[in-house]
This record gives sequence, C-alpha cells and structure tokens, in this order.
Amino acid sequence: MTTEVTGAGSARSPHPGPSGQAPDQRSRGGRRGGAEQVRRTRELSTGFIVSRIAVLGVVAALLIYALPPLIQTEAWTALGVVGVVTALVAYLYLTPRHIPAKYLVPGTIFLFAFAIVPIVLTFVTAFTNFGDGHRGTKEEAVRAIETSSVTQVPGSPEYYLTIAERDGELVFLLVDPDTKAVQAGTADGLSPLTGAEVSLTGKVLSAAGYTVIPTAQAAERDAEIAAFSVPTPGGAVKATGLSRAFEGKADKSYDAACDCVTSPSGGRWVADEVEGYFVDAEGKHLDQGWKVDVGFANFTKALTDPTISGHFLNVLIWNFVFALSAVATTFALGMIVALALHSPRVRGTKFYRIILILPYAMPGFAMLLIWRDMFNTDFGLISKLFGVHDWLGTPTTARLGLIVINLWMGFPYMFLVITGALQAVPRELTDAARIDGASAWAGFRRVTLPLVLVALTPLLISSFGFNFNNFNNIKLVTNGGPYAIDNSTVGATDLLISYTYRVAGFDSGVADFGFAAAISVFIFAIVATVSTVAFWRSRAQEEVYS
Amino acid sequence: MIKWLRDVGWRYAVVLVVCAFALFPVVFVVSAAINPLGTLGSTGLVPEGASLSNFHDLLTGDHPFAKWFLNSVIIALISAFAGLLISVAAAYAFSRMRFRGRRVGLLSILLIQMFPQFLAIVAIFIVFTEVTELYPTFGFNEPWGLLVLYLGGALGVNTYLMKGYLDTVPKEIDESATMDGASHVQTFFRIILPLVGPVLAVTAMLSFIGTINEFLIANVFLRDTEAKTLAVGMYGMLTDKRDANFGMFAAATLLTAIPTVSLFLWLQRYIVSGLTAGAVKG
Repeated sequence: MTTEVTGAGSARSPHPGPSGQAPDQRSRGGRRGGAEQVRRTRELSTGFIVSRIAVLGVVAALLIYALPPLIQTEAWTALGVVGVVTALVAYLYLTPRHIPAKYLVPGTIFLFAFAIVPIVLTFVTAFTNFGDGHRGTKEEAVRAIETSSVTQVPGSPEYYLTIAERDGELVFLLVDPDTKAVQAGTADGLSPLTGAEVSLTGKVLSAAGYTVIPTAQAAERDAEIAAFSVPTPGGAVKATGLSRAFEGKADKSYDAACDCVTSPSGGRWVADEVEGYFVDAEGKHLDQGWKVDVGFANFTKALTDPTISGHFLNVLIWNFVFALSAVATTFALGMIVALALHSPRVRGTKFYRIILILPYAMPGFAMLLIWRDMFNTDFGLISKLFGVHDWLGTPTTARLGLIVINLWMGFPYMFLVITGALQAVPRELTDAARIDGASAWAGFRRVTLPLVLVALTPLLISSFGFNFNNFNNIKLVTNGGPYAIDNSTVGATDLLISYTYRVAGFDSGVADFGFAAAISVFIFAIVATVSTVAFWRSRAQEEVYS
Repeated sequence: MIKWLRDVGWRYAVVLVVCAFALFPVVFVVSAAINPLGTLGSTGLVPEGASLSNFHDLLTGDHPFAKWFLNSVIIALISAFAGLLISVAAAYAFSRMRFRGRRVGLLSILLIQMFPQFLAIVAIFIVFTEVTELYPTFGFNEPWGLLVLYLGGALGVNTYLMKGYLDTVPKEIDESATMDGASHVQTFFRIILPLVGPVLAVTAMLSFIGTINEFLIANVFLRDTEAKTLAVGMYGMLTDKRDANFGMFAAATLLTAIPTVSLFLWLQRYIVSGLTAGAVKG
C-alpha cells in the first residue's frame, strides 16, 4: 500500500522526496512540518482498501452480468475479449504501477467500444453489400427461402395451435387432432411434450416450462407469428391464424450439388457469389440474398453512377459552402458584438451578454423546427413580414435560409470565445499601435485580429468539422429539400451526412448500409484531410503536444 | 456628441441590432406558447391573447411529454457527469504525467474525433442489434444503451479543452501536495479538481447541451413512444399535425429551455474564462 504513494509521487514529480533542492517550492506547500506525519499515519490506507474492494466488486459485477448471455449464445471470441479486458482492468487497479493508465483506461474503454469499433466496422461494411436482402449469411438466406416457400398441399398434417413462450422465445405448442399428442415446436424443430393440460377444443391450457400467451397478446404479435416456422424433415410447420397450424412442404429447396435453389415446377436459381443472390436464367433474383464482399463497388458507385455521382459533386460543393460560410458568418458576427461590448464605456454588458447567449441556451432541435415554421410558405412569420415567398422551396433561398438559421444558432458561442480571447490581448499593444498613428481599423486588423486568430484557430477548425456534418440543421429544417422533380434521393440542401442517412434507409426502410458506409468513409477522408492540413499549418503557434 | 457617437454610440447600435436578431425567434416562441389559438397560422410576434392552455394541453394530452422530459434530463445529466469524470481523468494524465505513448494517444484522440460518432451510425446500428439480443438493458429503446454510446464520444474535444486548462495550473501546486504526502488520487480529487472549476463547468454544460440536442442517434435508437427523448418525441409531435400542435410545441420548447438556461445562469461566471483558457492552449 505504501509503495503506491511514493510511486505516485515519483511518477509525476521530477523532485520527489523531502530532500528536493527547491526550498521555495516546499514553502509554497505550506505545511512542511506536517508532511512527515501525514506520510506516516496514512489516514487513507483504509480508503485504499475500500477503493480496491470497490474496483474488484464492480469488475466482478460486470462479469456476472456479461457472461451468461455470451455462454448461452456460444460467443467464445467475445467471451475471451471480455475475460481479458476484465483481467487487465483488475490487474491495473490492484497494482501500484502504471499510474497514467489508471486515469486513461475508463475513457479509453468507452472510446474503444463505441467509437473505434464502429469506425472499423464502418470501413469493413463499406466493402460489402450489407443492407436489405443482404443481412445475413448464405445459410440464413437459404433457410429463409425454403421456409417462406412452404405451402399447404392436400393431405399435409394439421394441428391445433397454442402460442407460448419459453425464455422469451416464441414456441408453437401443437396438438394432433386425432391422437391428442402434444409437441413443442421451436426454431430448431419439433419435440414431444408430456404432461401438458389440453382443453376439449385442443388448446393447451398449461405446460410445464412454457408460458402460454393469451390470444389478445398473441394477436398483437401477429406478424412475428406469421413469420415463424418450425422446420420439419419434409418442410415446415406454419401457423394459419392463431389457433391452427399445418405442416407444409417447401416449394423451393437448396441443392448443394449445383449450389442452386430449385422448385418442382421447374424453377432454378443459381447462387451468384458476386451479387449475393440466387439468380435464374433470365437474370431475376430471389428476394433473400446474403452478405458478400463487393470490393470497391460501393466507392465506384458513388463516383461513377450518373444518378448519384452528378449529385455527389453538387452535394460536396454545397457542403463546403455551408461549412465555410457557417464558420465565417458566426465568427464575423461574434467578433463584431464582442468588439462592440469590449469597452469600459458601454454600460450593462452583463445584461446584453445574457440576451446574446440566449440562442445558444435554447434547445437547438426545437428552435430549428421553429425556424422552419417561421419560413413556412403560408403562415410563416418571415414570409408574412417580407411578403409571401416560398423561402424553403427554391434552392438558393433555402440555402440562404439555412445559413441565416445557422448564424443565429452559432454566433453566441463565437461571441463568448472571442470575448474571452479579447480579454487576453494586452491593451498596451493596441494603445501602442494607436500612438504610432494607426487607425482603429488598422489596429484591429494588424494587432487584435491576428492575436485572436492564433488563439482560436483550433476552435475554428473544430467548428468547421462540426458544421461540415451539421445533420440537425438540414434534417430538421429542410430535410434536404427542395428536391428536383426527377430525383428524390438528393435534395438541394443535402449535406453528405443527411444524404448518407437517407441512403442508409433509416427513414424509408429501404436500406443499403454498405453504400452508406462507403459515403461515410468519403466524408471522413475529406474532413480529416482539411482538419489535418489546418492543424499542421497552425501548429507552429500552439503547444498542443507539449 | 459626434465623438461620442463615433466612440461609443456605434457600440450600442450594433449590440441592439444583434440583440433584436437574437431575440425575435424567442419572442415568437413565447408568443406562440401563450397564444390560446395555438396554431402556426395565428401566431405572430404579438400574441392575440394570453392563457396557459397550451401548457395544460401539453401536460395532459396524448404525448407523454413529462416522460420525454425526464428521459432527456436524466440521460443528459448522467452522461455529462460521467463524461466529465472520465475525460478530466484522461486530461489530468495527459497534462501532468509523461509516459510512453502520450503523443500518440493525444494524436489518435484528435483523429478519432474527426470521425464523428454519427457518421458511424450504420455500424452503431449493427453493433447494437447484437447488443440488444444479448443485453436488452443496454439495447435499443433503452436509455442505458444511449448513455454508454454517448460516453464513447466523451474522450474527445472535452479532453483537449480540459488539458489546455490544466496546463495553465502551475505544476508546483501539485508537486507541493505530493511532498506533503498526498497520493496521486488525493492530489487529483482534492487539489486539481477544485482548481479547474471553470473548465469543468463549461465542459459539463457543453455536453449537457449537446446531449439534450442530439437527434440522429437517439432517433435511430429510441422507437418506443415512452422511451423517446425530447428531441425525438417533439420532432414526431410536429410531423403528426404540424399546424394544430404548434402552440403545444412552443410551450414544450420553453419548458425544455428551463434546465439549460438555469444551468447557464448558474455557471455564467465560469463560462467565459473556462472556454477561453482551454481554447487558447488548444
């Protein structure tokens, strides 16, 4: 326990120990005399023990919580990762060494799990066709094709059906009308069930280990039940309504020999490993496909597909215009007000400051929708004040409107920051410039502005990065529109990010995640390039890495 | 007189014009909120009457506004607090300690930050489809899932802002604490944290505002009406019946502003110094 303490000191301080040769430093500490005593009594040693127990407790609790589902689903890799991470964390906080890591690890774990992993996954997804129709593996696709093609044929067995649940999974309890034998059907298949209580009408009333779902609740899960099927040797059991089920034959079946799906009526769909679909002779494919690697196809599509690439460039240009003017306008207005208030002769600065901050303190998402309605064609305040005009209906005015809205939302932040930066500019400098005969404007441009800019460059760059992807503003005000009549995927005010969101299918449900991921990678490349260049250029003035 | 106009008068003119610009949407919201007609068409800068009927409708109507409000405030408060803790700890290490991989660490945080979390929305969706199956508590429609996700972005700009501020606190202070026998934990919690109040205040406020306003991830995440946050819920409110719900929406906006504005007024004296000192050093 005591090594911990000295270890801590020596890691941080270049002059550890009481024999350091900097007397003024020590006197600044104040309680020189008490130091030795504190060191010996170590009032916190119980605290150390308690904190250690706490760390171990949290680690153990997390393990107990995390392990069962992983074991149940046999996710051994994930299990291994969790085990190694918890062991490392436990070691880290139990050893007196590695002090910096103690402070860095909590944030790093979150950063890794929810920022880095998604980024890596985005890159990986960009090279696949993941999306609607291509969500799972080939086996899953085959199974979906087979079960969805199950049809009732004359003479196929019928059952009384009771919907039940076990461990949260849907189960079909099937009663044979003739023999009254009861079977439980899960996604894995049929199994006999004994000891179930069956009513005269063939409904299962209760069965040990299963929870019977009341009809009213089952009706709400209608779609889930209709999609559920119990595989059997010759086909599958499917529900007709909520009280009957039949065992039907699969119309389509997979043949491993030709790697194709066939149906008795003569259909033949051959697996296409490039497209991730089963394709017939005429080139038509079945609905269910699987995930395959498509190489750079998504990237080339973004750049060459005429319906997309033509717009892609326009979106990119507008994206730059928007981000640059967002930074420029907010900075300019923030600077003007900050300068105006930067004078001892202005009274009531506190009061003005509160008013000027208000746009920043109001809930942004709600104010965006309010602005949208102020620009409303028929009723909007702005349309009323400036004559009826379809502000958000034409590309140019819609873009102008967005920049105005962004200015309103963004200038208070700049105002605050510039106010702070102006206070750091020594007054003697501007006064000296004045005495040397410089006009107020020249003094500002040559002395104040450069100093403020040096201080604020990092902020301006991150502001650019933020506005480059200012999804909220676009989504909530124009939703990308106005749209050209012939193109409903790209609107005039779409930023790359709002475009990506639409392509990913979060609005409409027609998802092309692979393509959306590719566009995300493009956006990242652009923002990263611009920011890196800007950072390197301004690095000379900073001490970020010192 | 002319000299006064040239030296001071323009300052007032500029400030008043900009104040008007800052205020008019707010006035419009207030007007809509207390206007008993409650439609967009009937709303101007001056309300045609005054009543609290919109607030009443909002709190008793079909939309679970109180629930949304609670969801938002809880998520924003916890994520601001937890995010603050983990990022100030990291900033402390980066500012005070010298260790292998420090430069690399700082650089990689900077780079990862340039890949905004919401760009990875597709991947996040995939990850959480899996998580929802294994751990429903942290899955879709759950505030905890959203919370841990937000914490993934905590170690970014915040860390830089705070590191910048911490760099301005003289090292001699914690060195003398060490010599007085304080452990690094004691130095951190009892000496450093109280000294960097302004930047803690600013960071907490920035992340609180950010979380309250976050729309994209929450919109993908929260589909159950009861689970929604204000941003997601209120967006749906206007898509339902845009004109008719407008008064209620404005009332909701004013209520939403209360936590942020109070936080703002409470922390006001810290804000300028906190923002700038951190920013100046990058």
